[in-house]
Formats: sequence, structure tokens, C-alpha cells
Amino acid sequence: MTALLRFDDLTLGYRRHPAVHHLSGAVREGSLTAVVGPNGAGKSTLLKAIVGTLKPLEGRIALDGIDRRDIAYLPQQAEVDRSFPIGVLDTVLLGHWRRVGVFGGIGRRRHEEALAALAAVGLAGFERRPIGALSAGQFQRVLFARMLLQDARLILLDEPFTAIDARTTADLLAVVRRWHGERRTVVAVLHDLEQVRAHFPETLLLAREPVAWGPSAEALGPANLLRARAMAEAWDDDAPACRRPPRSAA
Amino acid sequence: MTVYDALVAPFLEFAFMRRALVACLALALGCGPVGVLLVLRRMSLVGDAMSHAVLPGAAIGFLAAGLSLWAMSAGGFLAGLTVAVLAGLVSRATVQREDASFAAFYLISLAAGVLIVSLKGSNVDLMHVLFGTILAVDDAGLLLVAAIATVTLPALALLYRPLVVECFDPGFLRAVGGPGALGHLVFMVLVVLNLVGGFQALGTLMAVGLMMLPAAAARFWAERVWTLAAVAVAVAFGSGWGGLLLSYHLDLPSGPSIILVAGAVYLLSMAVGPVGSLRVRWFPGRHLEA
Repeated sequence: MTALLRFDDLTLGYRRHPAVHHLSGAVREGSLTAVVGPNGAGKSTLLKAIVGTLKPLEGRIALDGIDRRDIAYLPQQAEVDRSFPIGVLDTVLLGHWRRVGVFGGIGRRRHEEALAALAAVGLAGFERRPIGALSAGQFQRVLFARMLLQDARLILLDEPFTAIDARTTADLLAVVRRWHGERRTVVAVLHDLEQVRAHFPETLLLAREPVAWGPSAEALGPANLLRARAMAEAWDDDAPACRRPPRSAA
Repeated sequence: MTVYDALVAPFLEFAFMRRALVACLALALGCGPVGVLLVLRRMSLVGDAMSHAVLPGAAIGFLAAGLSLWAMSAGGFLAGLTVAVLAGLVSRATVQREDASFAAFYLISLAAGVLIVSLKGSNVDLMHVLFGTILAVDDAGLLLVAAIATVTLPALALLYRPLVVECFDPGFLRAVGGPGALGHLVFMVLVVLNLVGGFQALGTLMAVGLMMLPAAAARFWAERVWTLAAVAVAVAFGSGWGGLLLSYHLDLPSGPSIILVAGAVYLLSMAVGPVGSLRVRWFPGRHLEA
């Protein structure tokens, strides 16, 4: 039951305005956690800070025993150029980057792993298609196949099922369960509360301030949801500096 | 006039035509793939900006050593690289995007170049720097463009993977810790090198044409990065060949002839190419079963 990821009095934000305010807690190794909350609650901000593209305003994020490169991250809006002249197989093979780097060869074994990953996300036979010919759901499947190859210990998904149909969502949820079965740690930002209750044992309910963090059924109780909704999206230009004393890292 | 007379004889008959053709081949080999990557990085206009940025360096080289190929090329290379690095630094250190900082620095550079040339040189010299003389390429010039192509192709091969991934999915390359910044820097060096190679043959204003037009035309023929590069090289060399013949038979200046042939190939590709062209959009054929 070791913590893979720990937040110590973490405050994140933009131009000194907090988007995540004084968050403390830990993500256990092998856990499957949903991050839920209204728009502007700081969910995506939290993931960005974990991958290291956003520096904390205060507090810190501790990665325990893993490197930033052990993290696979699926952003909400990947900066992918979908019109780029590249095929499905080449895209999936990028998941091998950590092992092959700039110069390494792919070889037959890695090639077969990529084909297996494509089959696992239901895209067997698509390897020669250009990515420009894929639907949004098919492209999301390709990105999941690439993450399968990345063999990451911590997997961060930012709204992976938004604008994705039910069947694709079910198939990709099966991939998430497979990761969970392999003792990989998964943190996913989600909006569908039924989905969270059904598939994600733990939930962090965030509304800038952490509202609840624990077993999904309790964290998503009516009282907590009401509190989360009440914490309005506030951006006060004349807000005074936060006077809550910084806690020393436990 | 037979086909042989029209297409082959001028090159057999005149050494200067052969040299020009070889120079075109070397330029095509370097500029084709570089241009394709520029287009894929949505930096088509940066190529144009860089070609103008080369001017003051070439002009200073010209003032220092007269019509010396090496002095002008070295000056042009340094000026181009300075603009590329400054524009990159400004976009990283401030809120300004790279396209705006590029525009700012290349305009400063261009104005400085025109000023330097007009202070000292005559208008004939300015025309020479601006429009080049591929028909007067000598041994040193051939060596220069061949050397640039020789450096460019292996460098692109070595950096192929990070360069392609950075255009396609920059966030992923950052996340896996790929050498995105290094790749970008080396790539900008290659862009400047190839423009310097092109400018002594075609002039500063035309050099970018042999880089961008074949690359833009290739988009209508191919659907993979390496096939795009191969098509771009073929189009660039074909344009050089056709442009030289056009200038020979009709007694036209060679640089603009080559670029206009490349432009014609681009327009033709846009109209009838097999990938996403007007023909494909307007006459797609009957839809398929599945």
C-alpha cells in the first residue's frame, strides 16, 4: 500500500490565482482513481502539474520511486495534428519511444506488440490507414493502443471518453480495467458519475478545494456533490493574498 | 527542332548548362526534404522570412570581399542563423509567438541588407545578390551546393524520428523526453544552409521557391513523410531542368524561369493530383460500398 504520488499542501494556478487550492493526499500504487468536479475545478490543471508542465504556486508533488518518464499522459485536447501524413501503425509504434529512442530499431517483436495493442483496442486491420481517415473514436482507440505500448506505471487520462460513443467507451474502459489488473496506477478525469461509481473504486472530488477523497460511493454522496457545486468558479481580480499558513510537508 | 534538340542537346553542348543542371540536382536533394518538413511544421512562411534574413550577411560579405562566394555564403549563413536564434529566444522568453518575432527580425535584417548594399554597391550588384546567376555557377559554387546537400541528407536521416514526431504530436515528444529543442535547432541550421546554397544560384528572393513550391506540390501526390520528400526532390529537379531549358530556348533569366516552372507544377498538382486536389474534390467518383 505504498503511495506512488503524494500531494503536500499543493496549490496550483495561473497568474497567482489558484485553480487547485491546498490539496493534500496520496495516490496509492495500483489504485484506480477518478477525479471529478465542475468545470474550472482544477482537474486538468492537477494532471498537468503531475506530468510537470505546470509548476506549483505552493506546496509540492512527490513522485515516489518513479520517473516522469514512467508516466503516460493523455491530454484532453492532444496537440496532435490529425491531418499529418502518418499511418496508424507508426503512431502506435511511438509508444515504444522509451525503449527505442531516436535511433533504435523496431524489430519484429515490437512490431507484433504494436499489432497486438491495436487488436486490444478493437482496431485490428487498421494499421495501414492514414490517421486522417479515422473518426474521433477510432483515433482515441489509437492513442490508447499507443499508451498500451508505453508500459507506464502511472497513467493519467484527461476526459478520455468525452465525445466518444458508448461502444468505444466500453472497449476503452476494458483497457483501463486491464491496466488496473496489471497493478498500474490510473488517474482519470471524468464527468459521468454513473461510470465513475461503476468502474472507479476511488474518487477525488475537486472544486478548487478538495471536497472529498475516498471510496467513490462516499466521495460522491449527495452532500459532497452539493458542496462541490456551491464552490462557484471564482476569479477575483482584487483577491488578497491567501493567508492560510503553509503546512510543513508531512 | 526534335525532342532531343529541345530537351537534351543544350546540356551536351554547353558546359555552363551542365553545371547549372548539376547544381539544380544538388539543390533539389537538399531543399526537397527540408521544404516538406517546413510545410508539415506549418512554417512555410518562415522559409520566406529566412531567405530575406540572409541578405545583410551576404551584403556584408560582398562589401568585405567583393563577389566572393565564400564570404557571401558565410555572411548569409551567420545572418540567417542569428535571426532564427533571436526569433526563437524572443518567443520563448516573452508572450510573442514565433511567427511574429520572425517577421520582426527578418524585416530588420532585410532593411539593413538593402541599406548596406545601396551604400556601397551599384544597382547591378544588388540585382546580382537578389536574383542570383545559376548559369554562372563555377566549381566552387558547385562544391558548395553539393556539400550542403551532402550534410543535409544524413542530418535529416539522423534526426528524422524526433523531427517528424515534433510536427505530429509535440506534447508526446515532450512527455517522453525526446530531443525536440535540439532537433528544432539543427533543423533551422539546415534551413539556413539550404537557403544559402540556393541564393548564390537563384538569388536570395528565389532560393526559397525551390524549397517551398515542390514541397507544397508534393502534398497532392503522397501521403507519407518520406514519399512527400521523394516527390519534392523529383519536382525540384524537374523544375530545375525545365526552367533551364526554358531560359535557354526563350532567352529568359534562369532563376525566375526555374521557380515559375516549379510554380506551374504546383498549380497542376493542385488541380489534378491524386490526393485532395481539386479533381478529387469535384469529381470523386461514385461512392464505395464500405
